[in-house]
Formats: sequence, structure tokens, C-alpha cells
Amino acid sequence: MIVAERKPFEEIYNNVRKHKSILVLGCGSCVTVCMAGGEEEVGILSSQVELGAREKGDDISVIGHTIKRQCDVEFFDDETAKKIEQVDAVVSMACGVGVQFCVERFPDAIVYPALNTSFYGATMEQGVWAERCAGCGECVIEEFGGICPITRCSKSLLNGPCGGSDSGKCEVDPENLDCAWQLIIDRMDKLGRLEELEQVRPPKNWSKNRDGGPRTITREDKRL
Amino acid sequence: MTESVTKTESKLEKLLASGAFAVTSELGPPKCADAEIVRKKGGYLKDAVDAVNITDNQTAIVRMSSVAAGVIAKGIGLEPVIQMTCRDRNRLAIQADLLGAHALGINNVLCLTGDHQCFGNHPESKNVFDIDSMQLLDMARKMRDEKLFQCGKKLTNAKDIPVIEPNMFLGAAANPFGDPFAYRVPRLAKKISAGARFIQTQCIYDMERFKRWMDEVRKRGLHEKVYILAGITPLKSVRMATHMRDNVAGLTVTDELFRRIEDADDPIAEGQKIAVEQIEELKTIPGVSGVHIMAILGEHTVAGMVERAGLLPRPKV
Amino acid sequence: MNKDPIIIAFCCHYCAFTAADLAGTMRQQYPTNVRIVRLPCTGKVDIGMLLHAFVSGADGVMVAGCEEGSCHFLTGNLRAVKRVAKAKKLLAETGVNPERLDMFHIAASQGPLFAQTATEFTERIKGLNMEISENADQDVSGPEKTSQNCKPMEKNT
Repeated sequence: MIVAERKPFEEIYNNVRKHKSILVLGCGSCVTVCMAGGEEEVGILSSQVELGAREKGDDISVIGHTIKRQCDVEFFDDETAKKIEQVDAVVSMACGVGVQFCVERFPDAIVYPALNTSFYGATMEQGVWAERCAGCGECVIEEFGGICPITRCSKSLLNGPCGGSDSGKCEVDPENLDCAWQLIIDRMDKLGRLEELEQVRPPKNWSKNRDGGPRTITREDKRL
Repeated sequence: MTESVTKTESKLEKLLASGAFAVTSELGPPKCADAEIVRKKGGYLKDAVDAVNITDNQTAIVRMSSVAAGVIAKGIGLEPVIQMTCRDRNRLAIQADLLGAHALGINNVLCLTGDHQCFGNHPESKNVFDIDSMQLLDMARKMRDEKLFQCGKKLTNAKDIPVIEPNMFLGAAANPFGDPFAYRVPRLAKKISAGARFIQTQCIYDMERFKRWMDEVRKRGLHEKVYILAGITPLKSVRMATHMRDNVAGLTVTDELFRRIEDADDPIAEGQKIAVEQIEELKTIPGVSGVHIMAILGEHTVAGMVERAGLLPRPKV
Repeated sequence: MNKDPIIIAFCCHYCAFTAADLAGTMRQQYPTNVRIVRLPCTGKVDIGMLLHAFVSGADGVMVAGCEEGSCHFLTGNLRAVKRVAKAKKLLAETGVNPERLDMFHIAASQGPLFAQTATEFTERIKGLNMEISENADQDVSGPEKTSQNCKPMEKNT
């Protein structure tokens, strides 16, 4: 899922206090799972805004509402649309996608992001999410036994490891980061495929990544 | 060394091909635009070593570019080995630099991955790593041997004028002490098949472990496909020895060496003494074609060590 | 002007609530403005609930659970400790003094300790309220209250 973190309150509040009424709009998908922008977090941010306004003597009214996803138009139903239209500004607790999508659907609304969106990741344990995919557009995970070197190697090496691999850890963060290439070698060894790593892999086609420009995928067979 | 497919203008390659025991060293360019300091540091190394590596934003700290500093060094008669990392440049910039470096008389390139920018003074920069050191070797080799750019298009020149390819003597780094240990020799083999013809190793503070690595290297016949220059960095203090042992990834320091520095009245002198002893020992190990002396902030000490190791004067090629 | 502060005390059934009960039986006095909310365990407490108490008008919030290692549900009180710590940070972000919220560990048999804790916490909150009203009286520059008027913030809990 997309993993994000809530911005510091001060940053959010400096935008909010420009307005008299706001809607804190949560998202029920990825950001709920990574506990950054779901219904619970909407409640917390709403309370914080009320307390902050009280402390600063600002006059702001806050309503909170959560929809299933902010990246599909069908979830911006009439009830949600009405709330968006009745307030001065929206604080979207969705990922960067949802914030922009909301702006596109409601061009007259002022929408602030409440989160810093970071990566595609998985839940390691409750409260810990780690990056697993870089969205490079040309998945070669199979060549490495199921471990993505683009994402998990700090230098995205296709012919790693580099000299900074020490005791299975990456030099960039030896306490917390595994060396992806140690993982790949161990895994390929276990699969009996270690020899395959002796081939020099050619340079990656980064044009399929964001380097080639913002991407769109179209399925003509699915268009109505 | 039986396989020497290419013939470049490199003095280092010629010396190694002659069977002589080579000595190379390192020069860190300045953190400003001063050409004179490059000449000064280079001056210490001239006639003491066969070639001088010019580092490339080492440890991700900005310094004068290695190509520029290399050309300045060449201007005072040194044989530069330009270090090129993949951290700061994409494949276009690297190919352009290879063409330019060769046009300015550079004949040696050491292809490196590069330290992550988090270690340096610009940790907020975007890292490039468009390609890695293997792909860089491969790319440079194809430019030289097949006169092709990485995209597959030919190098060209104006009509009726011959194409000049970047005819570089290509090198790579190897770490006999790093992890994953079992993969280190296969990785060396891979670098050779990518195009490396000389190797400079990480500095040695555990000779036994280095010898074990050389055993594996010889077993696979790799010493006949590539010239191996063993890395030496003289220790200067207990603090340095501790740092090397504890903070530098993939380095081990034996207790014996550590004790010698600890007990010494003059650790700098002792460190140099150890270095000279190591050079003497390396001369006897089959498959080792030379030494690469990295005297951090100590270019002026290199000549003395080379002399004491009985390696002066340097042969002329 | 010093009205009695409104204090909400989230107490776990197995320890702190029982201690509060015991305080009553033992006729140990504690301020009447401490309003007890009984929970099965302090592990039930979540950050939203704590902030909501302040939004609803509480001057101070106590979370009282079992001693470490004695939680009836094993680790509920440990979870509460973390959540209270986070809630304090969120309060500080908004300019509310994080000392208005705190976690206490009180065993079921410690009736007098409950009374003492409730009394001391009430005094703490009264003190904080007094500071604010003093600063408000002296403050002629305008209505805006900033965290500078409150006691210095706790750095990390």
C-alpha cells in the first residue's frame, strides 16, 4: 500500500488558520492501514485543530468525514460533495494522489495535504511499515529470487553488492537496513540459482520509471 | 598474466605487461579551484610511483572533478588513473567524460560504484546510480573495443576523419574482506568479464585473510586475467586503527597490528614500518602484480616507503 | 476566580478503579472534581479519546492503570503508557501544556495512593490554570495565547 506519515501539526495549522471552517477528510484505504489518515486520525487531527484554535484564540469550525478512497470519483458521493462545498477549506488526510484527485474533482475547493506521502510498502508488524516497491515500471524481481534490488538496495544496483555491505547490513543504515544483495545472494543460493548472478546485467531502462515523465496506463478494452 | 587483449597508451598497462611489480598511489583533489595544490601533491609522487589515482568526490564530499585534476597531474608528468563513480553522473555524462578525458590524454579509468551521498557533505542531493560499476566497465569496454555508445549507436567523427575511441585501460576495485565473503571471488570474476584489466583492493590489515582470498583467486585462474594491485594504507594512530576496525565496512584489523600501533612510541613511524613490511610480503605472493598505496593526507610520505621497500627507482616504460 | 478544574480520570477496573473504591471505603478524601471513567483496562484508552476529553472541556486528564507487570490483561497498561506519551506530544503541538495529561500506576490495594495522586494532580492543574489566568490579566497585547504563557513544555516522555 501507499505509506505516508502525518505532517507536523504546525505546518497543517498554519494553513488551516487562514480559514473559518474546515473539513478534515480521511481516506479508508492505504492511509488507514498505515495509521496516518483514516477515521481515527481524522478524529485526532480534528481535536488538535479545535484545541489549537482555542489556544491561539482563532475561530475555526471543524467537521470530520472519511470516505473509502480519495482516488476514485465514485467515493466522492453527494454527502461528501456537500460537505466539501459548505466549508472554506479541506484538509485531506489522503496520500498525495487523493489530495490532487480531490482538487481535480472540486476545482473551486481549497485542499491542503495533511500527510507526507513516502513509499509503496508492507506492514512488517503493527506500527512498522517498510518500503518494498519503487514503481519502476519494469519488474525484474524474478531475476533476483523475489527481492527487488531497485527498491531495497540503497544504490539500486543490478550487479551488487557494493563494498559497503557489512555483516548483511547496508552501510547507509547498518542498524536497520538489510543489505539487499546479501538477501538476494542468500535467496538465490537457497534456490540453487547462484550462478545466474554471474551474468552482467545491462543498464536499466529508466524511461519506464518516472524518469520518462509522468505515467498513464490506459486499457482500451475497459473504456466505456 | 596471459590475457592482455587490449593495447592502450597507458604507461601503467605497459609496465604491468612487462612483468614489473607496479606501485600506484592516490591524490585527493582540493575542495576549491586551485590547480597549484594538485601540482604540489603530485610533485611528491612523481618518480616514486607508476600511476596516481585521482579520486572522484570521494566519500560524497565535493572536490575538484577527477578528470580536471587528472589533466593537471598529467601536466607535471604523472600518469593519472581517473576514478569514476556512478553516484553523481548518468550514462550520458559518463560517456561524455570518457571521451573528454581521453581527448585530454587520460589513459586509465577506475570504475567504481561510489559511496552513498548520505556519507558526504550534500546528503540531500539526489543520487544518480543510473548504472553500476559493472555496467560502467562494460560500457567503457564497448566504447573502446567496439566503438559503440551504450545505446548501441556508433561513435562517429566528421566525414573521412577516423573515429578516435576512448582507449582506456580499465580497472575496478575489489574487497577481499567484505561481505558476502563467499561471493567476493565470483564478483571479481564478473568484473573481469565486464572488462576490468586491473584491480586495486581495499587496504589490507589482515594479511592472512588476504592470502586466503588470493588462494581462491588463483584457483579460478583470475590472476592470469587481471593485474591485482594490493591496497596499503599506513596506520597513523590508535584512533585511526580503531576507526578502520570498527567503522569502515568490510575491513578487519588484526589484534597484532593493533597492538603494534598501541605500543609504539611513534605510531606514524610504526605504521609506515608495517606498510613497508606488508609491501615486502606482497612481493612474494603469486598473482599479486603490485601495490596501491593510499596514504590519506600523506602523499609526502609515499616516496620514503617505496624506497624502503626496495622499489626505487621506478622502471621506465 | 479559581473554579475547580474539571479532571477526567480513566481508571482500569482491576486496579485503579478498585483503589478509588477502596479510598472511598477508607474515607480517604480526594477532590470531588475528579470524575472517574471506568474502563476494563487502560489498554482501552486511545489517543482520540484523550484529546476528545480536552476538546470537551477537561482541564486535566489522568490515566490510571495497574503497576507494570501486574496488568490483568498482561500488557494493556504498557500500551497505554505509549499512547499517553504520544498524546502528550500532540497536545504540545497544539499549544496545550502536556503536563495536563499523565499516566499513573496504582495497585488495587493502594486506596491512599489513589487519593494522594488525585489530590496532587488536581493541585497541578489548578497551578497551571492559575498561571494562565495571571498571564491573561497581565497581557495587554491582545487575546492571542501562546505556549510561552504556560509552564515550559516537557521535552520527551
